[in-house]
Amino acid sequence: MARKDTVEALKKRKIGSKAAETLAEAGFTLSTIKKASVEKLSKYISEDDAIRVLKKLGVEAKKPEKKRKSKKKKPEPKKIEPQPDIKIPKKVPPRTKFEMGLTKMVEDLGGSLPRSVISQLAHRIGKLKLSKKVKKEILTRMMERFNSHLVDPNESAGIVSAQSIGEPGTQMTMRTFHYAGVAEINVTLGLPRLIEIVDARRSPSTPMMEIHLKASVMKELDNARRVASDIEATNLEDVSGIETDMVNMQVIIRPDVDRLASDHLTMKELEKAVKKMRGTGIVEYEKDVKTGEEILVVKTGESSFKKLQKLRENLAALRIKGIKGITRAIIRKQYHEYVIYTEGSNFKEVLDMEMIDPTRTTTNNIQEIYEVLGVEAARNSIIKEASSTLGEQGLTVDLRHIMLVSDIMTNDGDVKAIGRHGISGRKSSVLARAAFEITSTHLMRAAIIGEEDYLDGVAENVIVGQPVTLGTGAVTLVYRPVAPSKKGA
Amino acid sequence: MLRGVSKRIKSIKFALLSPDEIRKMSATKVITADTYDDDGFPIDMGLMDSHLGVIEPGLRCKTCGGKVDDCPGHFGHIDLAMPVIHVGYVKELKKLLMATCKNCGRLLLLDEEIRAYEREMDALDKIGGTKLDKKMMAKETARDAGKRQICPHCDTEQSKITLDKPTTFREDGHKLTPKEVRERLERIRDEDLRPMGINPDVARPEWMILTALLVPPVTVRPSITLESGDRSEDDLTHKLVDVLRINQRLRENRDAGAPQLIVEDLWELLQYHITTYFDNQTSGIPPARHRSGRPLKTLVQRLKGKEGRFRSNLSGKRVNFSARTVISPDPLLSINEVGVPVEAARELTIPLYVQAYNLEWVRELVKRGPVPEGNGYVPGVNYVIRQDGRRIRVTDKNAETVAETVDVGYVVERQLQEGDIVLFNRQPSLHRMSMMAHEVRIMSFKTFRFNLAVCPPYNADFDGDEMNLHVLQSEEARAEAKVLMRVQEHILSPRFGGPVIGAIHDHISGGFLMTHKDSKFNMEQSSRILSLVGDVKLPKPGIVEDGVEYWTGKQLFSLAIPDDLNMVFRASICQACDTCDKEDCDSDAYVKIVNGEIMSGTIDEKSIGAFNGKILDKIARNYGSDRARIFIDQATKFAIGAIMVRGFTTGIDDEDIPESEKMKIAEILQTAVDGVRTLVQAYKEGDLEQMPGRSLEETLEVEAMKKLGRARDDAGNHAGKHLGLENSAVIMARSGARGSMLNLSQMAGCVGQQAVRGERISRGYWSRTLPHFPKGDLGAEAKGFVKSCYKSGLTPTEYFFHSMGGREGLVDTAVRTSRSGYMQRRLINALEDLKVKEDRSVRNTADTIVQFKFGEDGIDPSRSVQGRAVDVDDILRDVLGAKKYATLPEERVVRKYGELEEGLEMTEEEAGKLGED
Repeated sequence: MARKDTVEALKKRKIGSKAAETLAEAGFTLSTIKKASVEKLSKYISEDDAIRVLKKLGVEAKKPEKKRKSKKKKPEPKKIEPQPDIKIPKKVPPRTKFEMGLTKMVEDLGGSLPRSVISQLAHRIGKLKLSKKVKKEILTRMMERFNSHLVDPNESAGIVSAQSIGEPGTQMTMRTFHYAGVAEINVTLGLPRLIEIVDARRSPSTPMMEIHLKASVMKELDNARRVASDIEATNLEDVSGIETDMVNMQVIIRPDVDRLASDHLTMKELEKAVKKMRGTGIVEYEKDVKTGEEILVVKTGESSFKKLQKLRENLAALRIKGIKGITRAIIRKQYHEYVIYTEGSNFKEVLDMEMIDPTRTTTNNIQEIYEVLGVEAARNSIIKEASSTLGEQGLTVDLRHIMLVSDIMTNDGDVKAIGRHGISGRKSSVLARAAFEITSTHLMRAAIIGEEDYLDGVAENVIVGQPVTLGTGAVTLVYRPVAPSKKGA
Repeated sequence: MLRGVSKRIKSIKFALLSPDEIRKMSATKVITADTYDDDGFPIDMGLMDSHLGVIEPGLRCKTCGGKVDDCPGHFGHIDLAMPVIHVGYVKELKKLLMATCKNCGRLLLLDEEIRAYEREMDALDKIGGTKLDKKMMAKETARDAGKRQICPHCDTEQSKITLDKPTTFREDGHKLTPKEVRERLERIRDEDLRPMGINPDVARPEWMILTALLVPPVTVRPSITLESGDRSEDDLTHKLVDVLRINQRLRENRDAGAPQLIVEDLWELLQYHITTYFDNQTSGIPPARHRSGRPLKTLVQRLKGKEGRFRSNLSGKRVNFSARTVISPDPLLSINEVGVPVEAARELTIPLYVQAYNLEWVRELVKRGPVPEGNGYVPGVNYVIRQDGRRIRVTDKNAETVAETVDVGYVVERQLQEGDIVLFNRQPSLHRMSMMAHEVRIMSFKTFRFNLAVCPPYNADFDGDEMNLHVLQSEEARAEAKVLMRVQEHILSPRFGGPVIGAIHDHISGGFLMTHKDSKFNMEQSSRILSLVGDVKLPKPGIVEDGVEYWTGKQLFSLAIPDDLNMVFRASICQACDTCDKEDCDSDAYVKIVNGEIMSGTIDEKSIGAFNGKILDKIARNYGSDRARIFIDQATKFAIGAIMVRGFTTGIDDEDIPESEKMKIAEILQTAVDGVRTLVQAYKEGDLEQMPGRSLEETLEVEAMKKLGRARDDAGNHAGKHLGLENSAVIMARSGARGSMLNLSQMAGCVGQQAVRGERISRGYWSRTLPHFPKGDLGAEAKGFVKSCYKSGLTPTEYFFHSMGGREGLVDTAVRTSRSGYMQRRLINALEDLKVKEDRSVRNTADTIVQFKFGEDGIDPSRSVQGRAVDVDDILRDVLGAKKYATLPEERVVRKYGELEEGLEMTEEEAGKLGED
């Protein structure tokens, strides 16, 4: 009875019958509802309804604070940070007057030519004095050729590009070789490197950086040395001998004075680094009784030999300077400057360094470039890495093919791998995915989401036995001979 | 007879089958585990029930009345005594159980949260999210819901659901029977399913738990009759027999009220059989085996992997009208021809559609029978297909009578004849040039034959290679093949915009011999050379000596070049001197062609070779593919003529060098070996100066490698001094025909250091490579330096080291083919749907723009000039004239992506400007 009464009572107060019934069903009475919080009510009816109900009952209700955290919640409009005066470095020389003239002429002729073509032409005839007529003649002919060289619509550009990159794969070597420029650094090349690029791995098997210095400092070897030693990760072990003193349960560090000097390190810095490390107890300077050398003693309150040994190991691996991830830096003279090549890569931190030229410094870690400079830079980096890997093996592949692969990898804003976890796994067609890899999973999942395959890709149409939608198959033109008309036209 | 595709399938929908649907579509219920009775007839309501289709000829299907070829087969079903979980959906089930209330079956989220998730799903749809994105979204929803401990709808406390792989669910440790699971799933509301990524219109969650099992038609699992008369059943049938047996026992026990324990055991056994019926590789349970111990191939195994239905039957299909045999070369064929053996031609046919206009002719053809008599090969007819689709085999005996019956609407299968267009293919088909259209030439003997110039695109040689040939069956296909796939259309490769079809090996040696310097040919010789081509006139003799007329090789070769061709380039024999003497080049490497006449230079790989031939490239581009085909045909024939007239041989004596030189080489090598010994000495005494960033050992290795490498080169150079251009082996190496100078120096001078993994050989015995050396020996010989040359022969230890290097090469190749094959498969799969639209943008099937213009300039790489959009050079020469053109600066060539252009090495000044801010 109580339930019915409650419903009636609520209805009287102009509360929707549905909400009323739900609340009554849940065991609420008029008085309990008045006391209940919005949260409690919203378990049964929607929040808005709950508020309305309470209002009608004369209770002032506030929307409960939303606790639900949503990933896609729009971030607060960020305060626009005062943009530092960023100059975007231009690597392309500006158009010369002559080039501009040619471009203008092309436009006047009602066509267009890419810049590379025009600048090539400018380079060739720039020194010649040619009449306008001759120039026009040349440009018209070039435009004619250019237009005849365009790709045909419906061309299966993707397959051609994939073949053009895949086919030379069979001719590549498997081994890693020394990098052409720097004999000391091993770099993965050939097929394994190409696979690495296409896989969009988090980090390459042999990360490497090429660091250029700012123009003002790049000509001095000392500067390069300085930067190199700042970059190269140096462990405590590299600059000192480390011993365990079992008697006093302490670790003794004997710094190599010469190494310290050459690495621009002082004893103070050493001490600071050691003190900063976790697990070290008291760190003190001492003079060796026998040799009179300055030594650093790390005293632990520990009584376990095992822990002491562990401490020794940790100390040995302690990075006292340099950048994480970079194990070696080598200086090379190139043209007129000193360039630093490193084994290991840490793009972000190196870019922050004082003396380096951020516009010319690169890494072969594509993912890192993506994180630091964004997807466009990553795209360029894929093109560069892939084309230099192929070029290094003496294989010529048109840049356009590599661009297409790079573009599909970076098409939706981040770097995606070529393969089942990347592009192929995201295809809209069930059949195409099933035909590639992990067949059964795709089919079974398709059934529960009720997927529909519209058969517009290649693989799907091959499967059902229809002409594919590329090339001649994309054209739905049919020649139907006209029957001789009765009118006798 | 349906010709051409008149309709397209619009789409294919996927959905779950509900038990009701299964029963509705079932032709019969299957209850007995037996298949055939004693007379060999299928038992009713057995697994081979003739309601399920027929596999034996003569019988009729009881459902549709069709015979073997007409009846596609029909599904049956088994009613399961107890519900059983479908293995494919356990993960999904777990997600559902965890995300929903055990009591009321609602999603463990507040209403508004559910709505929010639903909205997000819709939003994903709107912005074009992929299925994968949606899956992730659903996962997130499920995770959020799974976190809630108390149901917000009915306040029930939730308990923990765990999955005991593969198919057992537990709730706080207690087993949940499939029946209980099913009951819970039934309670889930439709509107709660959408945010979970399930479409309730096509898939109710409880359908993931089977109460009826679909039995596939017998056509899907035909039984085979062995010679002995025994029947051998398909793996699926075996599995279904198991299911039926256990199902029966389970039902009996349950109905008889057997103890819970026994029923549960049987239930689990049923679950096992149904699980393995779907997927026999489910982890966590032993695979069901055949009597012989071989694991059964059940449903998932049939679909999965390279040999599965998808990849081997759906994505690739077997075809008729094809042939395969060994290939062999025939330099006299044109590049777009293929020699087909008579035997093959008699089997391969082309359908002729009989119409009024060709009726008489076709009748005449049929009258000839399958093996017509005649002068040479005359095509006959193998089959005649009547309007009703019946095939009539034409024999010598019935040819006359069949010919009479042929009428409009018949299809007559004519044998291959000369000039027919066919597809020719060699695997692996790595690029589109692996399958090209050729014209048929019927020939005696049993191999396919083609011009050697087509070897590079097919990557073929004649050491036993086989190739495939496909005969096109429709007029459209033939037209398309003729326009798009003919060999001459593929002279320029889309990979780099240069020729892939062109002269190889002897063609190049021949071209060299014909045109190098002042080589000349007398009347007889010239006639011989030109006779290979025909259709050319002997020009006026270029040289008359003592009243004898001679023709220069350049003169003769020029006959193949179009009359208005002008170009200048350097041949492959070019030494790259500091200052080029141009026309007066010592080695005749400056090729200059004026109006189709070779003025100077030697024709070699750079002119006509596949991959590098510049003349070839230009002709293909400016004169069209047909002219290029003619040029290749003629040029290669000239070259072959020349090499035959002159004679060409190479042998071991080509690597002969004087004794004095051998001594010198031995001396060089000895010095190097001694040098290494000193290095080792220095290393052992600790005097070796460490290279920056290298350990002492590494330094030693690098130094030793360097020293020995240099010694090998020196030795090679010394040997090379005595090998001049009169030497056949050198001609081949320098002209680019085959081999390299390195190969020669290894034969005549010194083989050099053998390497494994790019290092000197170091493994083998304890601290030494072979027991022939003292322990710890780091000298040259002990680490794989081969002092000998191939000609003089290797010592036993050298031979061993050499084999080690050789083995690495073999392993490398083996590993590489599989790795690069997989990479290519992935690349193709990722890019296959991209196409250039009418607005020249590159898009995928979802119409997402990948590139606004293909390759940023919209140029087709196969039409480009080695990648450049327009051949500026060509136009300039044309417009400005040769004289003015000669004064122009050289073209700028971009070496690497993003790098400075050649000739633009940074000057001091420019370097100073860089990066200054």
